Amino acid sequence: MPYDCVVCVKQVPDTANITTDAMKEDGTVNRAALPAIFNPEDLNALETALEIRDRCGGTVTAISMGPPKAAEVLRECLYRGADRVILLTDRRAAASDTLATSYILSQAIRTLGRYDLVLCGRQAIDGDTAQVGPQIAEKLGLPQITYLEAFLGAEGDRIRVRRNMGHGWEVVESALPALVTVLGTANLPRPRSAKRLMRFKRARTGTELAAELKALLPQASEQEFQAALAARTEELRRQGLLIEEWDLDRIGADLSRCGAAGSPTKVWRVQGIVLTRKVYKQYPATEEGVRELIHELVVDRTLG
Amino acid sequence: MIPVNRQGEVWVYAEQEDGALHDVSLELCGKARQLADQLGVRVGAVLAGHQVAGLADRLIAQGADQVYLVEDSRLAHYQTLPYARVVCRLIEKYHPQIVLYGATPLGRDLAPRVASHLRAGMTADCTDLQIDDVVEPRTQQVHPKLLLQVRPAFGGNIIATIVNYDGWPQMATVREGVMPLLPPNPSRRGQIVREQVELDDTLFVVRLLERHLEPRKVNLKGARVIVAGGGGVGSKENFRLIYELAGAVGGAVGASRAAVDSGFIGKEHQIGQTGTTVRPALYIACGISGAVQHRAGMEESAKIVAINTDPEAPIFSIAHYGIVGDMKQVIPMMIKALRERR
Repeated sequence: MPYDCVVCVKQVPDTANITTDAMKEDGTVNRAALPAIFNPEDLNALETALEIRDRCGGTVTAISMGPPKAAEVLRECLYRGADRVILLTDRRAAASDTLATSYILSQAIRTLGRYDLVLCGRQAIDGDTAQVGPQIAEKLGLPQITYLEAFLGAEGDRIRVRRNMGHGWEVVESALPALVTVLGTANLPRPRSAKRLMRFKRARTGTELAAELKALLPQASEQEFQAALAARTEELRRQGLLIEEWDLDRIGADLSRCGAAGSPTKVWRVQGIVLTRKVYKQYPATEEGVRELIHELVVDRTLG
Repeated sequence: MIPVNRQGEVWVYAEQEDGALHDVSLELCGKARQLADQLGVRVGAVLAGHQVAGLADRLIAQGADQVYLVEDSRLAHYQTLPYARVVCRLIEKYHPQIVLYGATPLGRDLAPRVASHLRAGMTADCTDLQIDDVVEPRTQQVHPKLLLQVRPAFGGNIIATIVNYDGWPQMATVREGVMPLLPPNPSRRGQIVREQVELDDTLFVVRLLERHLEPRKVNLKGARVIVAGGGGVGSKENFRLIYELAGAVGGAVGASRAAVDSGFIGKEHQIGQTGTTVRPALYIACGISGAVQHRAGMEESAKIVAINTDPEAPIFSIAHYGIVGDMKQVIPMMIKALRERR
C-alpha cells in the first residue's frame, strides 16, 4: 500500500564555527552572516520517507519554512528524490518561536490535504529544542512517535517503528496518519542522484526567478520584465522545475498566531560566551609540582 | 494558554518509570521550592502512572506541598497522548504559573505536546532559572516576578535568557544534573490530591510491542571524582592512563566529545552539552581544550584540575588548579604521588 509522506526540513546556520558577530542587537540570529546548511537530522527524516516510498510506494513532499534562500535545501531534497517541494516564506512569519512555527507548518500540511505520515528531524542544530515535531503533531491531532531509530514496516493504516530513548529502545505500532521525529542514527542519507542533480539544478522559486531575470534584463521596462517573468515561470512550470512558494494567506493562517505576535516566548537577553581568565593555581609539570597539587587536594579535603 | 495568575503554584512534572522517580524530578522539586518561596506560593508535583502513590512522600520530602496524583492502569508505561491529556487537564484546572519538566527524552516528548495544546510558551533545556521583574522593551510595561529561563543556544555558543509575558503557564525543561539534588527532608508535610482525568480510547493509538531498557553502565552523575580525557590524549592506548588515574583516585572516567568522536572511548562517557552534565567534587581534565560544549557539562564541578600542553587552552579559564604539561608524563607522576600517600 502506498503512503504519502510529508517531510519538514530546515535550513540552519552551521553552528560549529560561529561567533557573537552573528547575533543581532535584538538577540535574534543574523542568518545572512553564517554559512547555511541542511539541518542534519532533517536529512535522516527525508531518507526515512524515501525508504518508505522505495518499499511501499507513494510520494514524498518536502516543506521548508524560511527565507527565500531556504529554496537551497528544497533543491537538495529534489536531488535526493523528493517528488514535490514547497517553500513556506513570508516576512510576517519572521521571529516565530517554536509554537508559532509549528502552527504555520501545521497549516501548510493541512493545506496539502492528503498525507499518511509527517516526518521531522528530531531537532535543529540552531536551537536544539526538539519541540516543533511534537507541537505540529498536537496541532494536527496526530499521534507522535519521537526518536525514530528504524522504520520496521507498514501494513494498512499502521506503521511499526523502533524508537530509541537514550537508555533503551522500544518497538511501537501506531495508527496512521501519524508524525515521527527521526534520529541522526536512523540511517545513512543517500547521496544526490547525478541524474536528478542534472535535472533539478535549474529548479527555481518564483522569487529566485525574478531576481535572476532582473540581473539579466537591467534595462527592461516594468512591463517587459513582467512579460518575460510570466513566460519564464510558465516554462519552468511546464518542465516541473518551478518550486512552489506559499505565503501565510495561501495556507489560511491566522496572523495573530504567526511571527512575534504568535510567539509566547521572547528572547530577553543574549550573552556571548566570553572567556574570563580567572586566576588559577599553577603547578609545574614535575614530580615535586604534582606532589604539591595532590597535597593541596588532600588538605582542602577534595581527596582522601 | 491560561490567564496570568501570580498566585499560581510552581509545578514539577514528576517523571517516573517502572515505579522509580527520575533524579531530575527530585532536583527540580528543590529548584521549584526556591522559586516558589521567592514568589510566596506553593510547590505542586504532578504524579501520573499506575500504582505510583508511594512516590508522593519522596516528592514532598524534596520540597512539594501538593502532589496531584493520577492513577490508571493504562498509564503503566509512558505514552505521549494520555500523559499529555493528564497534564493539560490539571494545568487547566489549577492554573499554575510555572511548570518544570526534566529535559529527558520523555520530558522533551511530553512538554512540547502540552505547550502546543495550551498554546503556552515552552523553553527547552534550561541550565538556570531565576525570578526577576522584567520591563518589556516594546511597551515599557513592567512584568513583576517573571521566570527567567536561561539556556545555551546555537550549539552552546551563546547563552539566551527567555521570558514569557502572558502565554502562561511559563514552562521549561531543565537538564539533568544542572540543579543540585538536595537532601530529602522526611519531616516535611504535604498533601496528596487525588485527581481523575478521563482518558478515552482514542488516546491509546500507539501500542507498545517490545521494550528494552539498559541500565546506565557508566555512573558519571553519581561519581565524586571524575577523570576525563580529551582529544589531546591522542590514542585509545593512551586512554589507559585516564583509567589508571581514575582507579588511583577512586573516580569515574569521562571524556570530551573530541575523544569520543576520535574513537578513544564510548559515547556513554561523554560529558558536555551533548552528553552528561556532571558536578563532582573533583574534575580532572586531561588533554581537554575546554570547548564551550564541554564546559557546559562540567563547569559546576567543585574543584577542577586541568592538565594541558597548551597554556592558552580555555579549560584553564575555569580551572582551580592547572599543570601545563603533557598528560602522558604528568599522569604517571600523579599516580605515583597518590600511592606514596598511602
